Amino acid sequence: MPLIELRDICKSYQLGDLAVPVLRGVSLTVERGESVSLMGSSGSGKSTLMNILGCLDRPTSGEYWFEGQEVSLLSADERARLRNQRFGFVFQSFNLLPRTSALENVAMPLAYGADHPGEHEARKRAAEMLRRFGLGDRLDHEPSQLSGGQQQRVAIARALINRPPLLFADEPTGNLDSRTSEEVLRMFEQLHREEGITIIMVTHDAKVARHTQRVIHIEDGQIMDGAFAGGGGEEGS
Amino acid sequence: MSVYTTARTAFRALCRNPMRAMLTTLGIVIGVGAVIAMMEIGTGSSAALEKTIASMGANVLVIRPGAASSGGVTFGAGSATTLTPEDSEAILRECPAVKNAAPMVRARTQVVYGGRNWIPTYIYGTTVAYLDIQNWGELAEGEPFSDRDVMNGNKVCILGQTLVRELFEGESPIGKEVRLQNVAFRVVGVLPAKGANMMGLDQDDIVLAPWTSIKYRVTGSSLTTSQSSTGSKGSTSETVNTLSTLYPGGESLYPERSALQEANQPMPVRFANIDQIMASARSAAEIETAIDQITAVLRERHRIRSGEADDFNIRDLTEVTKMLSSTTTLMTNLLLAVAMISLVVGGVGIMNIMLVSVTERTREIGLRMAVGARGSDILRQFLVEAVVLCLVGGALGILLGHGGSMLVSLVLRWPVATSPVAIATAVLVSASVGILFGFYPAWKASKLDPIEALRYE
Repeated sequence: MPLIELRDICKSYQLGDLAVPVLRGVSLTVERGESVSLMGSSGSGKSTLMNILGCLDRPTSGEYWFEGQEVSLLSADERARLRNQRFGFVFQSFNLLPRTSALENVAMPLAYGADHPGEHEARKRAAEMLRRFGLGDRLDHEPSQLSGGQQQRVAIARALINRPPLLFADEPTGNLDSRTSEEVLRMFEQLHREEGITIIMVTHDAKVARHTQRVIHIEDGQIMDGAFAGGGGEEGS
Repeated sequence: MSVYTTARTAFRALCRNPMRAMLTTLGIVIGVGAVIAMMEIGTGSSAALEKTIASMGANVLVIRPGAASSGGVTFGAGSATTLTPEDSEAILRECPAVKNAAPMVRARTQVVYGGRNWIPTYIYGTTVAYLDIQNWGELAEGEPFSDRDVMNGNKVCILGQTLVRELFEGESPIGKEVRLQNVAFRVVGVLPAKGANMMGLDQDDIVLAPWTSIKYRVTGSSLTTSQSSTGSKGSTSETVNTLSTLYPGGESLYPERSALQEANQPMPVRFANIDQIMASARSAAEIETAIDQITAVLRERHRIRSGEADDFNIRDLTEVTKMLSSTTTLMTNLLLAVAMISLVVGGVGIMNIMLVSVTERTREIGLRMAVGARGSDILRQFLVEAVVLCLVGGALGILLGHGGSMLVSLVLRWPVATSPVAIATAVLVSASVGILFGFYPAWKASKLDPIEALRYE
C-alpha cells in the first residue's frame, strides 16, 4: 500500500460564474520513505496540488488515499488532526511567529495535539529538537534575531516536533542564498536517509529538485511524468 | 489545547504588543473605573443623603393619644388623657427598634424679657432626648438641661434663634431670665439655627424646657388643653406625689403603706398625662418595626383587649421616607445607565482592536491551522485574548476607581463607601464584555481559510 495515492484529482476555482480548472485529473502515488519533488513553472498547479496533499484544501473531485484512508471525505477537525499528527510543513517564508522565541515556535504544534505533553515536557522536547538542528544556543532568540538559514532550521524543527512520517516543503529554499540553500537541502536529505521520513518538496528549480529521488513534472494542471515510483520517471541524482 | 496553555498563549500574544493592549483596555479601565468610583461615591452620597433626610425627621414617630368622647361628642385627636411619661420610658426600654423617645407637653403663652415680649410657635416641655430625636446637634451656646432638671421641675429653658433675636437683640441670653406665664425661667442654652421646616414653619421659634416645669408651672393643670395660652397658674405642691413615684430620689411625703392598705384604699394619685411622645427609629428601614413594637407596648400598658381600638395613634413621615427611597433608586439607575454606556464604548474598542489583530495576524492563524489548530482552537484563543484584555482592564479599573474615590474622599471630604457588590459586578461585566465583543473577531478568525491565510500579505 503506497503512503499516498491520488486518483484523478480535479480542482477548479470559481471566479464569478467561471470555473477555472487548476488541476485536471491528477493521479500519482508516493511510497513510504520516498523523497519526491513536485516541479513546474508558476501557475502550473503544483502549489494547489501540495495544498491538497497537505490536507489544507479539498479536491473538487477525485480520491485521495493517505495511509489507506480516504482523506478528502474527512471533516475539517479530522483533517486538522491529521495535519498535526502525520504531516510537517516547511514554508518558503518560514512563517515563524514574530516576537516569539525559537523554543516556543517549535513547541507550538504540540499544544494542538490530542495529548498535550505538558508545558515542561513540551519545552524539553522543543529544546531537544532545536539542538538537533544546531540551534542549541539560540533557544530564546526571536525570529528577527536569526538569519534566514537559522529561521528555516527552526521551521524544520517545528515541522518535525510531532514526529510526522511525512514532510511537506513548499519552496523551502526560495528565500535563502545558495550556500544556506545547500545546507537546508542536505538537511532534508539527511532526514530522509537517516530517519526514513517521506519528503514531498515543491520547487520550480531543477537544481533543488535534483536533491530528491524522484521528480514529478506538472504542467498546466496535469502530470507530465514521474507520477509513479519507477514508472518511467527519471531518477534524481 | 488546555485552558492554561490557551490563557498563556493569549497573554503572550498581548505582551507582543503591550502598548496597543494597554490602549485597548483603556476603554474598559475608564469604564470600570468610572463605575466603581461612581458607585462608591454614590453609595457614600446616598448614605449622607439618608442622614440628611433623617435629620429632617424621616425617622421620627409621633405618638399621640386618641380622641376622647363624652356622650357622643368627640373632642378630636389628642384629647384623650391616656399617654403618660412612663409610656415614653417603657417605649425606650422595651422597643429595640426605637433609638430614643421623649415625652412632650405643649404650651402656648407669652415669653417676656425686660420690655420685650413674644409668643413663640412652639413651647415644648420635654426631656433632653428631644434634641437627639429632632437632630438639633450641638447647642449654639450653653448646655442642655439635665435629667435632674426634669426630675425636679427646675425653671430652666433653651431658646431658639428667633427668640434670641426678638427678645435679646443679639446679646447672649445665657444666664438671663425670661418669664413664661409669670414664671421666671433661666436660659441655659441656645439652639443652633435650623430654619423653616418642610411646611414653612419657623423651627427656630421655639422654647424648650423640662416637661415637668411646663406642665406643672406653666400650663398648670393636666386637664387644661395645651393650646390654651391662658391656663391657670399651677402649684407645684399638689404634684409632688406623682413626681416622686416617677423620678425616685426625692423623699416621700407620706409613710409607706402596706400591700393591704394599698388594696383597700387606693391612693387617688394624680394622673400625669402628656400631650405626645416623640420617638425616633434606629433607621428609616426600621420605622415599620418600631411602629409595631410601640403599638404592642402601649396596648399592653393601656390594657387594651384584642379587638378593641387603640387609644393612641402613631404617625410617621411616610412621604419623606418615600422621597428618600425614590431618590436613592433614581441615583442608582442613573449610575447604572452611565456604567452601561461606558462599558459598551469600551467593548466596541475591544472589538475594533481584536478585528485589527485578527487581520494583522492572518498569517499566524493560517500557520496555526496548518500545524493542526482546529477552528475551535483559534476561536478560543482570540476569545480568551479579548477576555484577558477585559479582565486586566477591569482589574486596573477597580484600582483606578477605588483610588479615585479614595482621593475624592481625602481631598473633597465627600463621603464614600467601598462597595464589594460593585467590584464583583465590574469583574463579571468586564468578562462578559470581553466575551460579547470578542466573539465576532474570534469567530471571523476561526473561519479563515488556511491557504488564503498563509498567503496573506
